[in-house]
Amino acid sequence: MPPLLTVEDLHTEFRTGAGIVRAVDGISYAVEQGETVAIVGESGSGKSVGALSILRLIPDPPGRITRGAVRFLGRDLMQLSDEQMREVRGGDIGMVFQEPMTSLNPVLTIGRQITETLEQHRRADRAAAHRRAVELLGLVGIADPLRRLKQYPHQLSGGMRQRVMIAIALACDPKLIIADEPTTALDVTIQAQILELMNGLTRRLNVALVIITHNLGVVARYAKRVNVMYAGRIVESGPAGAIYHDPRHPYTIALLRSVPRLDRPRRARLDPVDGQPPDLTRLDQGCAFRARCRFAVDACAQTRPPLAPVSGTVGHLSACLRSHEIAAASGAVA
Amino acid sequence: MRAPASVAPALLEVKGLRKHFPVTEGILARRTVGEVKAVDGIDFTLRRGETLGLVGESGCGKTTTGRCILLLERPTAGEIVYDGVDLATLKHKELLAMRRRIQVIFQDPYSSLNPRMKVGDIIAEPIKVHAIERDAARRGARVRELLATCGLDPNFADRYPHEMSGGQRQRVGIARALALDPEFIICDEAVSALDVSIQAQIVNLLEHLRERFGLTYLFIAHDLSVVRHLCQRVAVMYLGRIVELADCDELFDNPLHPYTRALLDAVPVPDPTIEAGRSFRPVKGEVPSPINPPPGCVFHPRCPIAVDTCSRMRPELREVRPGHWVACSEVH
Repeated sequence: MPPLLTVEDLHTEFRTGAGIVRAVDGISYAVEQGETVAIVGESGSGKSVGALSILRLIPDPPGRITRGAVRFLGRDLMQLSDEQMREVRGGDIGMVFQEPMTSLNPVLTIGRQITETLEQHRRADRAAAHRRAVELLGLVGIADPLRRLKQYPHQLSGGMRQRVMIAIALACDPKLIIADEPTTALDVTIQAQILELMNGLTRRLNVALVIITHNLGVVARYAKRVNVMYAGRIVESGPAGAIYHDPRHPYTIALLRSVPRLDRPRRARLDPVDGQPPDLTRLDQGCAFRARCRFAVDACAQTRPPLAPVSGTVGHLSACLRSHEIAAASGAVA
Repeated sequence: MRAPASVAPALLEVKGLRKHFPVTEGILARRTVGEVKAVDGIDFTLRRGETLGLVGESGCGKTTTGRCILLLERPTAGEIVYDGVDLATLKHKELLAMRRRIQVIFQDPYSSLNPRMKVGDIIAEPIKVHAIERDAARRGARVRELLATCGLDPNFADRYPHEMSGGQRQRVGIARALALDPEFIICDEAVSALDVSIQAQIVNLLEHLRERFGLTYLFIAHDLSVVRHLCQRVAVMYLGRIVELADCDELFDNPLHPYTRALLDAVPVPDPTIEAGRSFRPVKGEVPSPINPPPGCVFHPRCPIAVDTCSRMRPELREVRPGHWVACSEVH
């Protein structure tokens, strides 16, 4: 059986005053049915643009998807008409964004926003849509659904709004949910509630989840596979265990070393990634991480290495010329 | 004004601090219909050279506490005694002098720097305002020195904030805080907005500066792992009150208040093997409104170990073992 979602060599660029920014510069990955895949990276790594590109939600201008294919349920989403794409969004692919206050419509009741989705995508009649909305609010753990359906987004707390977003994402029995930093704006205890809810529901309903986050802990708790992005590319990809215990890209290693951890004794000093993130308008043909890399050699200036298998674990890929040599050096991380 | 060092008193004493904001209704005839109890009676002390972490979720009052100490808010009740002086009693001139000694670093390096000012002018502004160095050339030299201290190229003085990355901007914010040679800095979510790889750079810089200049920090944050790394003592706040206060290692190794435990449980650690083995149930419910907080212990509606009396009696912060304070009747 082919994977549920296959992203192939996707490129998205933005024309800015400073030049062309290749925000997503050729990413490829697959998501299996019911699987949770994390896309990890820092600001400007292209993780959100990559997700929005799958949904063709890139504002044009200034943005443009210049190349690539996104295969989902036997079709290439890049080839669909706008009309067909609207059917997919909110239908077979649900979406949860970071800021529920801006992604919900402030002048429509919660109920209307859920039933609208059902009427649009599933041609449900009003009564059936309302019954389903009540059921969905129950599913996402909102007490007193009949009262809540009549309320407006501003009357709900941040955590409650994100529950509503999840209800809308689940409304049409999607095969895939794309969640872009779904809990970043929430407090720690609420973040934990929302993640547990999403994890529980996607497993129970066998929905695949692509979760975009910068939080390495969240990834460790929930994701089966991980793609690490840097400067528009996936630099390391593999099963979560391999990424955390045997990282083979210097950026992944540096990222894991730089965070203070509650499960480890306190260290005298943190071990940060040196330097600043690169200016995406000025990338050359070399590896984008080399200026900050402790393993960089002259050859790193010549090419940006493609993702290549590293020995040991099936499906573990790294885009580094020296990924085989740095295995031993990274031992300290695990 | 400074107390003799031999006495070694607390640098900062916060006693019974309350800050209530009125909730008003009506456009023409505004009337007060309630109050937000942002800070509702907290006590803590900070010794010279110490870093105290103030942690909690949004609305717990940690930022308001910082703003009261900075004299940006007038407390509703309570005393803030800094180096033996009650801040509320200060007159204009003394206040100005006091402000030099207490500085702040804000969360967002994008909104806390004036986009129309050059970095050099941003850092020089406090020096000008306090009329410390009237000579422009010498002020310029001081700015370059401060930039270098914060790990930036001194030539950045001629740049504008938008030409810099988030991490670089936060270094500018730190340089500005250092411009007046303060002894006490309030770091209000100073590393929260930064990317992981940059956050560690700034944490290291704050530690380096603490050692070099003997600084005292009040480190306000919600990220527990950063707080654990940086602080000697930690106070956990919930809905305007301190629920637990202890030495850093003691708090993290042996958390006693159910809210502190819930917070620590909620933080996932970056290790899939450990996470797979953790049994985990997030604490139920959400933080209640500070306009109408629950009676008794404010945490009781969400608390897994609450008993009948918790809804009636507000537990006082008490010392259950040396230096470890907890506001919970069920912790012994």
